[in-house]
Amino acid sequence: MAILTLTDICKDYQQGKEAVRVLKNINLTVEKGEYIAIMGPSGSGKTTLMNIIGCLDVPTSGTYVLDGKDLKDLSDDALADIRNTHLGFVFQSFHLLPKMNALDNVALPLLYAGVPQKERRERAAEALKSVGLEDRMTHLPNQMSGGQCQRVAIARAMVGKPDLLLADEPTGALDSKSGSQIMEIFRRLNDEGMTILMITHDAGIAECADKVYKILDGELHTGDGKGGSTDEEA
Amino acid sequence: MRENIALAFQGIWSHKMRSVLTMLGIIIGIAAIITIVSTIQGTNEQIKENLIGAGNNVVTVQLNQNGYTYDMSWNSIPDGVRVVTDQTRQELESIDHVEKVSLYTSRNYAQQVFYKNTSFNGEMYGVDENYLSVYGYQVKSGRGFTKADYEGCRKVVLVDTNAVTSLFGGEDPVDKTVEIQGDVYTVVGVVALSEEFAPTITSMRDYQLYADTSSGAIYMPDTTWPTGYRFDEPQNVAIKVDSTDAMTTAGKAAADLLTENQIVDPDNSEFDYRSQDMLEQAQQLQKMSESTNTQLIWIASISLLVGGIGVMNIMLVSVTERTAEIGLKKAIGAKKKRILLQFLTESAVLTSLGGIIGVVSGIILAQLISSMMQIPVSISPPAIVIAVVFSTLIGVIFGMLPAIQAANLNPIEALRRD
Repeated sequence: MAILTLTDICKDYQQGKEAVRVLKNINLTVEKGEYIAIMGPSGSGKTTLMNIIGCLDVPTSGTYVLDGKDLKDLSDDALADIRNTHLGFVFQSFHLLPKMNALDNVALPLLYAGVPQKERRERAAEALKSVGLEDRMTHLPNQMSGGQCQRVAIARAMVGKPDLLLADEPTGALDSKSGSQIMEIFRRLNDEGMTILMITHDAGIAECADKVYKILDGELHTGDGKGGSTDEEA
Repeated sequence: MRENIALAFQGIWSHKMRSVLTMLGIIIGIAAIITIVSTIQGTNEQIKENLIGAGNNVVTVQLNQNGYTYDMSWNSIPDGVRVVTDQTRQELESIDHVEKVSLYTSRNYAQQVFYKNTSFNGEMYGVDENYLSVYGYQVKSGRGFTKADYEGCRKVVLVDTNAVTSLFGGEDPVDKTVEIQGDVYTVVGVVALSEEFAPTITSMRDYQLYADTSSGAIYMPDTTWPTGYRFDEPQNVAIKVDSTDAMTTAGKAAADLLTENQIVDPDNSEFDYRSQDMLEQAQQLQKMSESTNTQLIWIASISLLVGGIGVMNIMLVSVTERTAEIGLKKAIGAKKKRILLQFLTESAVLTSLGGIIGVVSGIILAQLISSMMQIPVSISPPAIVIAVVFSTLIGVIFGMLPAIQAANLNPIEALRRD
């Protein structure tokens, strides 16, 4: 079953008087349970693609079907709802709210979903436990290491039980040890059935995924048959 | 909403210095307004008390000729004016808020009144049984009028304390005799306004009014009046009402009723009855003090406006600073309304806090002014409520633009910038 299908997605940006085409006829299908990496150098359009898949941006043309639903012409608030219930985000720089402790950061998406407070706390605590941070719940982001912050961010992405986990350079700000820890978590999540789409410019990180696409100058290419196990990571 | 308010306090607390400076405009504006309003209220209440006398809600309704009070010292009995009958008196008593009615005849300048060789030029009254209680007079020594005095048309008089001084040179007048219009009258008692009803003098005009009556007054039973003066004099009326605020309406109603009943052909007569309402005079004075203070309130409002703009400025800075936070919140599913509410709440909490601090400092300032400059103040609860609500409103109004800006932030832009 396809979680998402992109058909002929194009994205233009206005640069001065002329339009620059950043994405050119992207076609991509992600099946449930897949673990995909999209690789590309900076300026290749990978972040733009990520934004479109993440419903943060809308394509200039083409259709995007997420969970069987065409996302064309949805309002900002409707897109916010979709981000809240269907998608989980992990960013390069974590984007944790600095004045909230780990538990409150993780519980935030549930607040927007209208979950009552008691249940929010329980589910957030559970999510933190699953990334091994049960003893850091009341810590503020600046009291934690980068790796711990990214694990909090993963817990926040997972707490709403999304259909798709989107990760934008999840290890970009981390040392290699923390980075491989994050990759282990991703692997475990995927083994538990989570669909993951990761964007990176790092081939070593992309290798952790089951399937690698390459994006160059706004065009998406199938990777050179990379796949198989990532057991070497462990 | 509770979370928003908690969040707002957190934000304000984490920028203490900035928040206090931002609130300062609101604090000053609200404090100034509360101080001004308190002094207006205090002054007004003082004016009211001074002129009317606290608790003595008496309206005098007098016969007027061409708009001037008709004084029978020099004039004959007016044509076309009837004597007030018992029936009219009952009608007066049944007017709303009227507690008691008194009828009396009077001379502003008593003539041919002597005690030994001293002549008296104060006022002379012929009064009914209600008169003393309506105006709040108390018998200080001797006795008041009895039923027998009225029924027997006895030649007895009461004098007030001013008359004791001017006519009797301070001697105890009780049981002394005075000559009025050639007849001998016995003084049976001394009356004085009871303390609580005595008006205070605060202006030149009050002083003149007071000076006019400083020769004092002599009272005799109205049944005795015709012996010394004339039969069938149309009376004036004093009505006591149950509340100060009802004075004007009850006075007007009584005047209308009297004009209707007592004046023959009221439409063409040069005579009518008019109420002489101290409340009305008090209100005129109050209006004067209010109009000057309204201007002060306008000036204070400018401070509020400036304060509001300051709040808007800081909120705009705050939105820019928290772009990443807003972007993240939107990315994980916060809707526009939620972001809008968060920032509106923050600016409203900020200005409400400023308003509350302003109210408190305003009250302190008013008390300070009151004790230093002898100006009375009266803190009015509605003014406090309005001030706080108004300051909240300022927060909502001036927070609107920054909040809308935050709500419309593009999450991509917001996330990219950090």
